[in-house]
Amino acid sequence: MRETFTKGMARNIYYGGSVFFFLVLIGLTVDTVKRLPATDNSENLTEQVAEGKRVWEVNNCIGCHTLLGEGAYFAPELGNVYTRFGESTEAIKAFIKYRPVEGIEDRRSMPQFNLTDEELEAVAQFLKYVDGVKTARDWPPNIQG
Amino acid sequence: MKYESQGIAKMYFIAAIGLFVGQILFGVTMGLQYVMGDFLFPEIPFNVARMVHTNLLIVWLLFGFMGSAYYLIPEEAERELFSPILAKVMFWIFLVAGALTILGYLLVPYARLAELTMNDLLPTMGREFLEQPTITKIGIVIVALAFIFNIGMTVLTGRKTVINLVLLTGLVGLAVFFLFSFYNPDNIVLDKYFWWFVVHLWVEGVWELIMASLLAYVLIKVTGVDREVIEKWLYIIIAMALISGLVGTGHHFFWIGTPGYWQWLGSIFSALEPIPFFMMTLFAFNVVNKRRRDHPNKAAVLWALGTAVMAFLGAGVWGFLHTLAPVNFYTHGTQITAAHGHMAFYGAYVMVVLTMISYSMPLMRGQKAANETAQKLEIRSFWTMTLSMVAITLLLTGAGIMQVYLQRYSADPLPFMVVQDELATFYWLREVAGITFLIGLFMYIYSFFVKGKEVEDVE
Repeated sequence: MRETFTKGMARNIYYGGSVFFFLVLIGLTVDTVKRLPATDNSENLTEQVAEGKRVWEVNNCIGCHTLLGEGAYFAPELGNVYTRFGESTEAIKAFIKYRPVEGIEDRRSMPQFNLTDEELEAVAQFLKYVDGVKTARDWPPNIQG
Repeated sequence: MKYESQGIAKMYFIAAIGLFVGQILFGVTMGLQYVMGDFLFPEIPFNVARMVHTNLLIVWLLFGFMGSAYYLIPEEAERELFSPILAKVMFWIFLVAGALTILGYLLVPYARLAELTMNDLLPTMGREFLEQPTITKIGIVIVALAFIFNIGMTVLTGRKTVINLVLLTGLVGLAVFFLFSFYNPDNIVLDKYFWWFVVHLWVEGVWELIMASLLAYVLIKVTGVDREVIEKWLYIIIAMALISGLVGTGHHFFWIGTPGYWQWLGSIFSALEPIPFFMMTLFAFNVVNKRRRDHPNKAAVLWALGTAVMAFLGAGVWGFLHTLAPVNFYTHGTQITAAHGHMAFYGAYVMVVLTMISYSMPLMRGQKAANETAQKLEIRSFWTMTLSMVAITLLLTGAGIMQVYLQRYSADPLPFMVVQDELATFYWLREVAGITFLIGLFMYIYSFFVKGKEVEDVE
């Protein structure tokens, strides 16, 4: 680098730049959190949905599936599964409930999680709630996720 | 090795490499599960294998960072480590906690593990990369605080250089942003938003500070180039990393229910994120070309240059490929993401740790550099692992492009699982590349044990 560009200048760009953009990120975060109620479907965030989120978490669903595009890429997107399954929580519950314990020969198969009826209902309601989140451009691009 | 306490790094590096082997074994297992869906089912289902694969990566990189800090900090600070005992105790606590967590993943169903560790008291489990039981997370915080206290005291009471201050800043940032892993709101949008404060602000934020300072340190050592020059580069690289990367977090906020302005902010700022990586490449080649000495450790020089190039390709180029919102609309959460993730982690963080190990391990074993035969083998392992990773990335990119077309772009989109079947050829070839990577890793490990002609000291 040229001699006219000193280490002191580089240091000032580092300190000034990182502090400035960190503050910008904080400001944008405050603004985002304020605006979220318009899109985050929190009006449908019931006790049961919260319980469903726990079921989703403690069975590590994210280890195979994506949810709004984040997670693992081994199994289908579930952010819109409620729509894909004909807006039926019954269909979602049935799918989870009847997974074969020993899997399916040569195929990827979802484990049998032995969920109680209550847990099944909760996780189905959770997936319905996530489907209700208003994502930009209505992502995912189509029903296949 | 100027200070005795630098030698503590050795146990950290050995543990890191051991866990690295575990990570890759589970990687090739998952690769096979992509094409043979019932492989190891139901004993080790994919989600468990993936959790082990990614968590081992994180843990061994943390071992690598800590080992690197323990090696580098005393020399830069020109004093012995504040407390070598604390460093050794923390090593065993971290190793045992890590091993127990991994065994927990493998031996009991995840829901049972959540129950056993009383996840209900403070639910933090079941989110990608943050799957560790809450108690393990608390353990990580304790180990991190003890570690930062130890190296912090060493730096504060010793010589302060740009390198050790930047490294310390990066490590403090790592600990601070990890605290967001304890925040797990029921609101899925909020959860996702702040989850990125750990994940993005680690790998596209403070870890870049760690990486750049380690690279700068090794380059000073192997090239003999003036510290002033290297420190100027270091400042400007990390400045660009944070200027682009902080608001660049927005490229994760396109499709998770967050405001639309993130599509603009995320696209613009993350489009700048390749710049610090490009500068790192310029920096590395520049100082190696201006070297004032030919260091006998040729393998370490190669690793350092390789890190800069592969980080630029993996994090910079492959990141840019899918970071613009109109592109990401189609590619988000496909094999394109997997392709980028693999090369970025390997190029930036795996390679920088291996650079540090390559440089420091011979010194800790009382040599200037590994013997000629060992270095030759290490260099071969560099190419085997790196080219395997290039192949993995290209194959996953191919799979990703085809997936995007069939599932998201064509007039008649196909279901996910139908598309996955169409991608089998890519996945089989990826598995072959994964196995050659594993072979490269074994060559690398074997290189530590090879006897041969000692290198001439050309200083």
